[in-house]
Amino acid sequence: MPDTDLDFHDAVLAAEGDSGAFERLYRRHVTRIYGLARRMAGPDDADELTQDAFVRAWQKIAQFRGEAAFGSWLYRVAISVILGHRRRLAIHRERMAPEEWNREGRPSHERSSEIGMDFDTAIERLPARARHVFVLHDVEGYKHHEIARMLKITAGTSKSQLHRARMLLRATLA
Amino acid sequence: MSDSADTWRDRLSDYLDDALEVSERSELEEHLEGCEECRETLADLREVVARAGRLADAPPARDLWPEIAYRIRETKEGERHDARAVNAKGGTSLAGRRGKSFTFSMPQLAAAAVTLVALSSGVAWQIAGGFSARQAEPAAPVAQAPAKADLLLASRIANNDYESAIAQLERVLEVGRERLDTATVRKVEEKLALIDKAIDEARQALSTDPSNAYLNRHLAGTMRRKLDLLRRTAALTEL
Repeated sequence: MPDTDLDFHDAVLAAEGDSGAFERLYRRHVTRIYGLARRMAGPDDADELTQDAFVRAWQKIAQFRGEAAFGSWLYRVAISVILGHRRRLAIHRERMAPEEWNREGRPSHERSSEIGMDFDTAIERLPARARHVFVLHDVEGYKHHEIARMLKITAGTSKSQLHRARMLLRATLA
Repeated sequence: MSDSADTWRDRLSDYLDDALEVSERSELEEHLEGCEECRETLADLREVVARAGRLADAPPARDLWPEIAYRIRETKEGERHDARAVNAKGGTSLAGRRGKSFTFSMPQLAAAAVTLVALSSGVAWQIAGGFSARQAEPAAPVAQAPAKADLLLASRIANNDYESAIAQLERVLEVGRERLDTATVRKVEEKLALIDKAIDEARQALSTDPSNAYLNRHLAGTMRRKLDLLRRTAALTEL
């Protein structure tokens, strides 16, 4: 049976309260959800956000109608959970202020260790808004109008934040 | 870099994403022919986008399922609540429970908890049918109501044992809390705060109406919930 059919079958069972079916869904999707959480919020919060996303999915699974793939539905739930933490993350997790980067897209106090750093690490160090847009657009493939709706910004802001993120990430190209 | 290059450079992502009007695209391509810096920037941006597309997902370093299972079991049991309101009024914190003695092992505590649950069900014989079928342990069946004297005696024994077992389980959690996910600890603290508040309220109400059957049943059930929550959380620290 294809994974999408397995997902639908297990989602129906989970909606009826079958936690075993929900665990199977977790096993099939955890890597992708965890990857999203790690890139959007950083490794420190990724475990907790992944768990929160699956718990939220469990609470809302009765709303899953099967019109889209379960994975897409779960992804939307996870994004909602992750963005819900944005305010707290902005306070506690902002790793690098924008002014630390000059307009050329290079760190103004560039350290040799930052050149050629792991690309995932570089994404994690982006300012929050630019990171969210970059991950959703360039990694996950969402369109600007979809991102704008998720982040409650305009499509124009989404485009400018994407450009900003890409320019900042040039610093990692060695 | 000239102002013109600056202006065009800010449009390079749109160019890359094919989001420019035809006329603007032509103008930018014309600019690129004469601007090496913009050509280099465009090549870098292409590489950034390509790398983003090649990123691979890695699974979490540890299995996150046990804590998710714990939390969804709580949801299944219909124990959802607004914990924030309770926390705002000063909730119970595991971190604030330091300094109590710790002498029993987990198996001993588990055994004590089972014994206590049996005692509690004797104290509040009314609760036999009052728990959800989804509880980890079904309530002990009680064939007939105990005599009032027996009930009072059992109540005193149960209360003494209860406080002792609760104290030991809290200590186990305190020692093992670092092995639990932050979210789980938070949820447990929230639940404990709610339960403690309910216990306090029931005890206060009983002080003025000690023979009230409903209040006795409510207090016994709430105490048992606390015991069960602590026991299950302590077991999580052993995973």
